[in-house]
Amino acid sequence: MKPNDALFRREAARLLATLTRAFGVENLTLAEDVVQETLANAFEAWSYNGVPPHYSALLAKAAKNRALDVFRRERTARKFAPEVRRLIESEWTLRPALDAMFLPDALKDDELRMMFTCCHPRLGEDVQVALVLHLLCALGVDEIASAFLVSPAAMEKRLSRGKKLLAESGHLFELTAADFLPRLSAVHRALYLLFSEGYHGASARAVVREDLCWDAMRLVRLLVEHAPAATPATYALAALMWLLAARLPARIDDAGNLKDLFEQDRSLWDEALLAEGTWLLEQSASGEVLTEYHVEAGIAAMHATAASARETRWEHIVELYDALLKIRPSPVVALNRCMAIAQHDGPAKGLEAVRAIPDPGRLAAYPFYPAVLGELELRCGRTAIARGHFEQARRLARNDGERRFLDQRIEKCARKAHS
Amino acid sequence: MNEFVFLWRRPQRPPKTPQQMQETMEKYRAWFKDMEARGHLAQYGQPLEPKTGRVVKDKSGNFSDGPYAETKDIVMGYSLIVAKDFDEAVALCKDHPIFDEGGLIEIRPILKL
Repeated sequence: MKPNDALFRREAARLLATLTRAFGVENLTLAEDVVQETLANAFEAWSYNGVPPHYSALLAKAAKNRALDVFRRERTARKFAPEVRRLIESEWTLRPALDAMFLPDALKDDELRMMFTCCHPRLGEDVQVALVLHLLCALGVDEIASAFLVSPAAMEKRLSRGKKLLAESGHLFELTAADFLPRLSAVHRALYLLFSEGYHGASARAVVREDLCWDAMRLVRLLVEHAPAATPATYALAALMWLLAARLPARIDDAGNLKDLFEQDRSLWDEALLAEGTWLLEQSASGEVLTEYHVEAGIAAMHATAASARETRWEHIVELYDALLKIRPSPVVALNRCMAIAQHDGPAKGLEAVRAIPDPGRLAAYPFYPAVLGELELRCGRTAIARGHFEQARRLARNDGERRFLDQRIEKCARKAHS
Repeated sequence: MNEFVFLWRRPQRPPKTPQQMQETMEKYRAWFKDMEARGHLAQYGQPLEPKTGRVVKDKSGNFSDGPYAETKDIVMGYSLIVAKDFDEAVALCKDHPIFDEGGLIEIRPILKL
């Protein structure tokens, strides 16, 4: 996993989960303030001589002391969670209660609890993902807004709607609750969307917001390590993330250009992630339910085990896309299926399949729709038509990386037209 | 060579998000590492608590809270830097990340006989 470059965010998320449990979910804002103060001091102190080796324990201790102050100051003025209300009345029970809350294992469970809490069924998927990013990945409003291409004001509104509902619900989700499994599916979906946003996202800041991918992987790992949450679907989702993340080093070249699957230098794929992804996929094979994550991980595994695009078993990949479309019909999935068909049966068949996508209007703003048309026309030798499609795609491109990628295609058309 | 105290003066406003804190911290660290590598760092020094301070006014211990002049002027910490002369000390501040935070650097030479 990635080194310390998200250390502040990771620690902030951990502390927030525990402080929210200590204060009660209705005091989420108070918990956020305490996290902010704790980290701000760490920032001041560590700006000189660097981050000390046992930073995590130091931060937990500092946050715990701040929590003690808060309880002493506000135990009569504020309503805390029912399970701590009794404990904080006396100094004899206050400190041991907090000590227990800040033990490493308890911290882990708090993050899980927070994750399930964010995926409240009364919240839309967009709000759930925003909450996960804000509360479990400690991203700021502006940072989340830029990842999802919405205005900071709109994101602020989305988050406060979510937080309000959490506060009203009055308690954090308990991991022993009867609706644990239905809630787990919502958690899967939110983490899947989080990972996809990082992998395929439209953020202007970078072609691939790799951070979001690593965040999603850190959170799905918590599910894998918590036995009741380690279902076949959890393993499949983890496998999918690991197998896709293995390709990240090859997705962008040294010049910062986006590389598609056909151009990637496969020797750059991360072997450790591939191996772990394959192991996770094996673990997912028990049970009877075939989820979309199983199928997508299956597709990723087909690519991972192929030496080149040419040697990939495309007919099998087309079948997997058929299965995926049955579970979750989506025009983007349909478009990917067309590329697989083109690989197996030639570009003309691929084009036929693209034209057969029902309701193509849903892809109208998606730059890779005209880009796929352009690619297939180019392979058919119709350079001028291809160029038109690529130019249309470029107008729809959402960031510089995509624009550079499409500029290269347009140049390629120009070169072919001249030769 | 002369020793200079660098007083880090800044608004007491840390970066807003954990990610920004980390990125800013790494910029400060890069400056210190550069100073160390070039033999300019005598002591890292310490950050100071920004929210509390007392000014004792007389022998009997009367004090007031503060000093809180302009927020821009709060001494957030100090470091001890070695330089040939004032000009070099000032040159070392070039591109320091504190200026992005709306801060400034006060340089005071250690008095010599």
